[in-house]
Amino acid sequence: MAGAKNHDYHILPPSFWPLLGAFAALTMATGAIMWMHGGHLSPEKANGGGWVFFLGVALVLLTMRLWWGDVIKEAHHGDHTPVVQLHFRYGMILFIASEVMFFVGWFWAFFDFALFPSTVDAVGGVWPPKGIEVINPFELPLLNTIILLTSGTTVTWAHHALIHGQRGGDKTGLWGLLGVGNRDGVLKGLWLTIVLGVLFSSIQAYEYAHAPFAFKGLNYGASFFMATGFHGFHVIIGTLFLIVCLIRAYKGDFTPRQHFGFEAAAWYWHFVDVVWLFLFVSIYVWGGWGAPYHAG
Amino acid sequence: MTDTAIQPSAFQAHDAHEHSHDADHKPAFFQRWFMSTNHKDIGTLYLIFAICAGIIGGAVSGLMRVELAEPGIQYLQTWASLFHGGPQSFDEALHFWNVMITAHGLIMIFFMVMPAMVGGFGNWFVPLMIGAPDMAFPRMNNISFWLLVPAFTLLITSPFFGGAGNGWTMYAPLSTYGEPGPSTDMVILSMHLAGASSILGAINFITTIFNMRAPGMTLHKMPLFAWSILITAFLLLLALPVLAAAITMLLTDRNFGTTFFDPAGGGDPVLYQHLFWFFGHPEVYIMILPGFGMVSQIIATFSRKPVFGYLGMAYAMVAIGVVGFIVWAHHMFTTGLPVNVKMYFTAATMVIAVPTGIKIFSWIATMWGGSITFKTPMLWAIGFIFMFTIGGVTGVVIANGGIDDYMQDTYYVVAHFHYVLSLGAVFSLFAGFYYWFPKMSGRMYNEFLGQLHFWIFFVGVNVLFFPMHFLGLQGMPRRYPDYPDAFEHWNAIATHGYEIMAVGMGVFFINLIWSLAAGKKAADNPWGDGATTLEWTLSSPPPYHQFETLPKID
Repeated sequence: MAGAKNHDYHILPPSFWPLLGAFAALTMATGAIMWMHGGHLSPEKANGGGWVFFLGVALVLLTMRLWWGDVIKEAHHGDHTPVVQLHFRYGMILFIASEVMFFVGWFWAFFDFALFPSTVDAVGGVWPPKGIEVINPFELPLLNTIILLTSGTTVTWAHHALIHGQRGGDKTGLWGLLGVGNRDGVLKGLWLTIVLGVLFSSIQAYEYAHAPFAFKGLNYGASFFMATGFHGFHVIIGTLFLIVCLIRAYKGDFTPRQHFGFEAAAWYWHFVDVVWLFLFVSIYVWGGWGAPYHAG
Repeated sequence: MTDTAIQPSAFQAHDAHEHSHDADHKPAFFQRWFMSTNHKDIGTLYLIFAICAGIIGGAVSGLMRVELAEPGIQYLQTWASLFHGGPQSFDEALHFWNVMITAHGLIMIFFMVMPAMVGGFGNWFVPLMIGAPDMAFPRMNNISFWLLVPAFTLLITSPFFGGAGNGWTMYAPLSTYGEPGPSTDMVILSMHLAGASSILGAINFITTIFNMRAPGMTLHKMPLFAWSILITAFLLLLALPVLAAAITMLLTDRNFGTTFFDPAGGGDPVLYQHLFWFFGHPEVYIMILPGFGMVSQIIATFSRKPVFGYLGMAYAMVAIGVVGFIVWAHHMFTTGLPVNVKMYFTAATMVIAVPTGIKIFSWIATMWGGSITFKTPMLWAIGFIFMFTIGGVTGVVIANGGIDDYMQDTYYVVAHFHYVLSLGAVFSLFAGFYYWFPKMSGRMYNEFLGQLHFWIFFVGVNVLFFPMHFLGLQGMPRRYPDYPDAFEHWNAIATHGYEIMAVGMGVFFINLIWSLAAGKKAADNPWGDGATTLEWTLSSPPPYHQFETLPKID
């Protein structure tokens, strides 16, 4: 560069990852369409779309690894001045705002169905539709609520420990086997959060497998599974995000002053938590009111 | 503080050594254009993309006008057969018509107007106007652009797999069980990708504008074009995810047996319309607000006056953006909404005429008593005000739920939205293009050809679209390839209008190529004292990395 940079903004060198990411998105979209149409864009051909789709997913993940790997390198290089870190904060908050609006769409569909139940025979003018058995919200869903709320506290514990430098200590007992020192609130908090996240997803999978209503055919199942399903998908993304943070915490990437990757993961986790509370209250408790609970 | 013009004296310290410290080292070809992290190069890519998409979308509408030139179906079956490489039945030809109207709408909205306004001019000039060296997230800026390429690929290849003929609004049930082939899924995923592109772009613009304004440039000193992009970005950020949810429901209804929009399973096709228009109405402001911003800059420049009522202009756009989110059901007056709901949406819609009126009158007040020069950008800007006002006034007419019962889906609506878009948004795009062409390319356009382009285009589009008001009032429905003989007269005239407009576009392309190759070298500020925003303090074209020392604003 010819001139001397007299500002704190981050001027980036050219990068191949955006083009790779766009190509990955095209592969994934094309694969999804082929898969949905029996493997080929014309229906009579043999299968194969699923592979194209998963190739696209793999390329998306590869792009993320390479791209965000560069971001981490740039952080270590000192490119992330206070104003650049502020960019990240704005960027993450705005991204979460757009995610909120995405869920608004699913809640909109749910409330349309629940507040103005259809009078067709399959629904009978009541919500939940007549003949539907619903999941008892005060069994597994309540347990999942407690799990997710608890995970919100453990991730805050990790954050607090990070800010106050509560790291290291003797590696004893069970924590020691994981390479976690007895003073290390960051690793402990993150481990617990991730375990709780995985537990939540597992219980959700169990609940899906034993749900007394179907995904297809009736709007109760459609709105239930798509809203809670997209939430579950976000829980999995959030868990992966936290796992990346755990690996980075083991490597000593975060400092008490600079750890935005962790904060973004924590914000995302809280967002997922809040969406669940709305799902629990609206869809499980209120949306199932008056219908018989499924026994089992 | 109420003065949008930043006095040139504010930059004197900066001007003195500007060319010496800005870096102008450009990467090699592939790195520069395929791996870009430079807002100006990415803006150029967006503009080239938008021009290509505009040619395709404009050609499709040309075919439609040729078919509509006289009653009866003349060419449609031949075109469909040529396109699909084999004889097509009459019904298949009618479906081909639907595919054309769908393609025209989606291409013009998502791949011409939006990329040109927000991606092209927004990328080029928001950082320059706020005194920033680049965007906040330069790499993410590039994926915003490159995601449009797969999105456009999916859209323009979809007609080869049967074609999606459900209109740009993709209403259920035609888009759910009406068209089972892969084409509609391709269009849906195309919209997903284009939406992701726009959301990432919106995040980038908001962060850039909030965090990277030059020292001293408060929001209340920021040029109105930057304001318009800021508000547009918020609309994109909040509206597009709802569209994403809606078209995901289409996708699962089509392929996975859900019943969101299928009444047999308790679903509701009108729900799709609510979700779609909750996005769709902010979308029309997304397409016009950056135009408002550009016109504000241009009117002020060529009147040699600061824009009249700067703060009122800025907050009028904020008001339009906010109210734009609560008027969506005026697109759905004939779906059986309760009368009270129609009354609310009628009243709320008309409220938008107030901030819009503030803008129109402020532009006129800016010109009042100004020292006006009628250069090409100014002609387009004045043309914009004139045409957009006509489109706005017909908008107030059809905002009435009672009147709209008769107007819904007639050519009156087609005339209305082409006056605000083809004659509003597109006029502002041409205004911005001529205004900033010297800054972007370093060369002047040809003034005679620019003015010739304006006048031919102006006459052409008015001859093309004004008769559609009459056709609509006579009851001609939109989206049909044929009509009764009674509508022949004005349809023939409208098609002649398209021909005139096409000649104007020819002049534009001649001017573009000639100016790029042999135009006069442009000065840093070719527009004189009226051009007071920061981009005119830089060389034409600006250095590869500008503002390596940030400008200070008083």
